[in-house]
Amino acid sequence: MLIKGAQAVIETLKEQGVDTVFGYPGGSVLEIYDALYESGDIRHILTAHEQGAAHAAEGYSRASGKVGVAIATSGPGATNLVTGIASAFMDSIPVVFITGNVPTSVIGKDSFQEIYIAGITMPITKHNFIVRRPEDLVPTLRNAFTIAKSGRPGPVLVDIPRDITQADIEYTPCGTAPTKPNPTVMRDDLRLAAQAIYEAERPVMFIGGGVVSSSAWSIVKKLIERTDMPVCHSLMATGLVRPTDAFDLGMVGMHGSATSAYAVKNCDLLVALGTRFSDRVATNARAFAPNAKIVHIDIDAAEIDKTIHAGVGLIGDIKKTVTSLLPLVEQKDCSKWRSELDEYKKEHEYVQKGEKNELIPKTIIETVWKKFSKEAIMTTDVGQHQMWAAQYCTVSRSRSFLTSGGLGAMGFGYGGAVGASFACPDRRVIHITGDGSFHMNIAEICTAVTYSLPIVTIVMNNEALGMVRQLQHVAMGDRFSTTIHGRKTDFARVAQGFGAQGITCCTQKEFEKALNLAKNTLDRPTVIDCRIAQELLVLPMIPGGKGADDIITE
Amino acid sequence: MSKIENNIVTVLVENNAGVLARVVSLFGRRGYNIESLTVATTKDQNTSYITIVVNGDKEILDQIIKQVSRLEETISVRPLEESRALSRELLLIKLAIDDKTRSAIHEISTIYGATIVDLASNSMIVELTSYTAKIDAFLSIMKKYDIIEICRTGVTALERDSQKLL
Repeated sequence: MLIKGAQAVIETLKEQGVDTVFGYPGGSVLEIYDALYESGDIRHILTAHEQGAAHAAEGYSRASGKVGVAIATSGPGATNLVTGIASAFMDSIPVVFITGNVPTSVIGKDSFQEIYIAGITMPITKHNFIVRRPEDLVPTLRNAFTIAKSGRPGPVLVDIPRDITQADIEYTPCGTAPTKPNPTVMRDDLRLAAQAIYEAERPVMFIGGGVVSSSAWSIVKKLIERTDMPVCHSLMATGLVRPTDAFDLGMVGMHGSATSAYAVKNCDLLVALGTRFSDRVATNARAFAPNAKIVHIDIDAAEIDKTIHAGVGLIGDIKKTVTSLLPLVEQKDCSKWRSELDEYKKEHEYVQKGEKNELIPKTIIETVWKKFSKEAIMTTDVGQHQMWAAQYCTVSRSRSFLTSGGLGAMGFGYGGAVGASFACPDRRVIHITGDGSFHMNIAEICTAVTYSLPIVTIVMNNEALGMVRQLQHVAMGDRFSTTIHGRKTDFARVAQGFGAQGITCCTQKEFEKALNLAKNTLDRPTVIDCRIAQELLVLPMIPGGKGADDIITE
Repeated sequence: MSKIENNIVTVLVENNAGVLARVVSLFGRRGYNIESLTVATTKDQNTSYITIVVNGDKEILDQIIKQVSRLEETISVRPLEESRALSRELLLIKLAIDDKTRSAIHEISTIYGATIVDLASNSMIVELTSYTAKIDAFLSIMKKYDIIEICRTGVTALERDSQKLL
């Protein structure tokens, strides 16, 4: 059938199973928004800022596993998406970004709100397209979905000049775009991995975000049970292993646990699943797991041997590969090794402590999980609060801890929470932030108010840009350049101004009361401003470039 | 660490607008050094061959191949082993001449199989198509003359099937 290009955009989104898009209108996407106006099948969520829409789309995808979609107009609309695109790229989150552009006749003439967004986003997208001919529009959009969700997922941008959305297009409905097949690991390679596991006396498993994106947690758990291995995780795999699990070592890396640093340093085998050994994990790549044979399983061939040389490198989907590996692995007993680690944990592990009734990050996070149970989804911004939220996370459910890990984008949290709220309307979304991060995209409170989202924001307010302040404490001799900012923002009143509930609390008791109130407020968001001590540090800490021996625990 | 040397990588890509920018952007982003790069369509006008000479050790070469393979428009990436590579580049060199140097340059050019493609009263342009080392050698001799401009295309290469050098 012959329809307008803009209509074809909507029809193609529908056939891909999209029911929610985040975005902001503008001149170059007038026709697309006009088509949305009539569409009852696609719900459009208007954010305060395109960056909020980009983070919402990636938050939606992080929470649901589906492909997120964000729409923005040309020029500033497109450039405002960039941080969210980069955040999705660094964490391998499948999102299709649609930008309008000026008509093809005036492209390249420095027209009003014209930006070469395909050029700008080339290094931060898995792939991007400019649709130059009307007949390319629908195949390109379908291809964008295929690329976004195939193999190692990632963001894809489709730039659509306005005249393409106005053109008549022959549209034939189609099913969901296919996913490209993944590589299959050879049986001989699986045997090598199984043999390495069999021979190891002090093995450690290290799980990363790939375990989440391939929905592999239940099968990986079986491998853990079979091998009896202790397990550490990257930031991206937070919220799978619980501190109460016998095999848990905690997070590994710059702000990982002392026990995991000790375990990785002393292990004779490291089984790494779906991780890229970032510099926040392998703070010093040469000193990382120095005595271990490495079995590295990842879907991206380029990650094998990129940072850490793998003795056995298997390229494949984590779920599929671990499923094939499991029958080849014999039941193991690592109790001796695990009790050595338990001893170490008892003696050396850092535990954050506060006075009675003092508000400290550890109890804030633990109280949240106690109050909201595993039904909640937590999103974070970036900084000290993010690390505390990760360190004290007690949930064990895939896609329940959403954070901008690779890019480390302050301002992700609220947009992410909006996206997660639409992805999982039956679950409560808790947004953990700091006073620095919250300022970045605080305007998104209006989005949550508009759509009656009961997002609970907890501001760990230390009246400082805490993480940088901490770095200045460690590396700059306490010269706190700009980080003790002297802002006077009253977050509770700001929240009220947006139409949300706002509460300030200074003690654990007040916090619990505020949290109860927030839990029972279902028609609008709540902001709880928690006043915490400025001097608190995220510990342990391994400074960048250093190794496990240089860990700071006090 | 293994030896740092020049390696030839041939990349077959879809012949789309912007594909070269994508490959080059990747090299820039990851800090790989391009010594030379040539691009041309193949017998199939929907595909292009990009021949890249990169400087780096084996680990870098390995990463380059993997990273370029990841691009959506990449069809194949192959490193060309030196012994199997039939590589050529083209040199154009413009020299200032007088009555004395003209014949000397002509003589050297003949020895190298280079061709004089332009001759004016005060200058000449010499063309040489050959492998990189020979062009380098030719240039080192030409250095003692008065060079006005030099233009090199960079390497283009195919894998040879025969074992013997022709």
